Amino acid sequence: MQYSKDGLLRAYRRMATIRQFEERLHEEIAKGEIPGFTHLYAGQEAAAVGVCEHLDSDDMIVSTHRGHGHCIAKGCDVDGMMKEIYGSREGLCKGRGGSMHIADTSIGMLGANGIVGAGAPQAVGAAIAAKAAGKGKVAIAFSGDGACNQGTTFEAMNMAAVIKVPAIFVFENNHYSEHTGDAYAVGTALDIASRAEAFGMRAWRANGCDFYSTFEAMAELLDYVRSTNLPAAIELDTERFYGHFEGDPQRYRAKGEVARLREERDALKSFRASAVTKTYLSTDELDALDAAVGEEIDRAVEAARKAERPDPSHVLEDVYASY
Amino acid sequence: MSVMNIREAINQTLHDAMERDPSVILLGEDVAGGAGTAGGQEAIGGIWGTSTGLIGKFGPDRVIDTPISESAIVGAAAGAALAGMRPVAELMFADFIGVCGDQLINQIAKFRYMFGGKARCPVVVRLIYGAGMNSAAQHSQAFYNLLTAIPGLKVAMPSTPADAKGLLNEALHGDDPVMFFEHKALYGKKGEVPEGDYRVPFGHVRMAREGGDVTIVAFGRMVSFAEKAADKLAEDGIGCDIIDPRTTSPLDEEAILDSVEQTGRLVVVDECPPRCGLAADVTALVAQKAFTSLDAPPECVTAPHTPVPFSPELERAYVPGPPAIEAAVRRTLDWG
Repeated sequence: MQYSKDGLLRAYRRMATIRQFEERLHEEIAKGEIPGFTHLYAGQEAAAVGVCEHLDSDDMIVSTHRGHGHCIAKGCDVDGMMKEIYGSREGLCKGRGGSMHIADTSIGMLGANGIVGAGAPQAVGAAIAAKAAGKGKVAIAFSGDGACNQGTTFEAMNMAAVIKVPAIFVFENNHYSEHTGDAYAVGTALDIASRAEAFGMRAWRANGCDFYSTFEAMAELLDYVRSTNLPAAIELDTERFYGHFEGDPQRYRAKGEVARLREERDALKSFRASAVTKTYLSTDELDALDAAVGEEIDRAVEAARKAERPDPSHVLEDVYASY
Repeated sequence: MSVMNIREAINQTLHDAMERDPSVILLGEDVAGGAGTAGGQEAIGGIWGTSTGLIGKFGPDRVIDTPISESAIVGAAAGAALAGMRPVAELMFADFIGVCGDQLINQIAKFRYMFGGKARCPVVVRLIYGAGMNSAAQHSQAFYNLLTAIPGLKVAMPSTPADAKGLLNEALHGDDPVMFFEHKALYGKKGEVPEGDYRVPFGHVRMAREGGDVTIVAFGRMVSFAEKAADKLAEDGIGCDIIDPRTTSPLDEEAILDSVEQTGRLVVVDECPPRCGLAADVTALVAQKAFTSLDAPPECVTAPHTPVPFSPELERAYVPGPPAIEAAVRRTLDWG
């Protein structure tokens, strides 16, 4: 597959932004700066970016409780996200959603979601709208190996197949549904994509820790979906570098597991290795991007700390458009 | 004006809305009825007769027969609405909110607020409800009380053909999710319906009758039972104000309080069981805001705290009827 230099730099920058955003949140949460529960996406960057680099703002995604990566990959404003996670009035959702509920419908990000498995039917509905618009647009549901076991996901896959709409089910298998292993909880012999195939859908499988693998499989998948308006699925084998939530003691991990994953399955490392050997990117260029992203995240945290807090009177706003 | 029944009023309103606005779609089980059968995609024409003729005019991309998958029906409506459409989702029986509760209470009710006021989710969920057809405990409930309790949802339950059109049309013009309750025993009820783009704003009662002695607040099918009771009471010279709130979220508190301030007596009639229902809700409202106007303790006429039974004798005992309403009115007059 041919890659443009600009495209690769953009993809790397998005992945680096996700990584540094999450690493920084991990630090700030430990200091007690951030209220509530936060689920970090670090380790899965190649999945979100490998999918979303193919999309424009008319394509739509629905995300999960582990949604920061999807938001950044789809183009949500990083400052607005950080302010939201800090609970500020200036956040993307005015501080009323928080980490689990970031959305920006104006760019096709229809929402992160605190309920595991809730998004898949919503992607089917968004796909109805995409098909009605008639511009070859698609709607994507990100689901994990936990959500793949929810009835809603099965209902959504069947309905998408029955009513023939361009819904795409992206299953990010990070091998843990909360604290339970996929070897236990996924009944189809660790194979999630076969579930989509059972509904008559075409399904792809790719390495969700490798940008090129995910990106290339998605290119094929999207060619198929955009040209047929039919649903499809992809299973991405990926890894979660942190716990289910921040503060999770992760007693379910094998000894040295995270260190091994960071050594062997780091999407940024593998991107760097391939980019430098196979393409025309230099280590210096990627280092410069890392530094620029670091400054951007610093600024976002500083801005979030100083941002306007909500006033108690704001609790009543926006329950209804009119009442 | 033309005379039609509630079923026809809803059908006409859906036809008009789909004609007017290409973003209106209808989805649900058997809303066309017959897809994939020898009878053809419109063999049934909608199980309740409310969607008759729609698929023929607007096609299967806009009138979508779904599998039996309530979570996916309401979830797809939610996603389509976020993506700019105006979906109408039909739940063949309101009881099925037990199947798709998450999409109703955690998803569409929350998007606007949780996403900082920027998301728009104008889903209309049509829920066919109520006892009276010997359908037993899982196909007869009047669950509007549960959804009235959820901030972010609006809840309407017309009791006349004119209100069926006006409220549904209003819902189809608004930007909020609306739970539209249609009583299965009222579909055949006839009345005059205004022509054209007729809308009834939410949060304004219909004064079904003005009598001045006792205020009866009745919901949905209970309005006609209150009218029967009031006819009997009128023979003894007792005049009833009968208030049909039409929407329970928002609720027109002012009109209820105004009436009670005149009459000093309140009877609330609700098809739901008594606990955490609309009867308790309206009674609390009046106790808090019109306490000194009351000349007698408020009366609640509700279904009992039981599931809906099957047998005709038992179901008749379950549903609040005109005699119970009449007796409650007399108790408020005889008090003290």
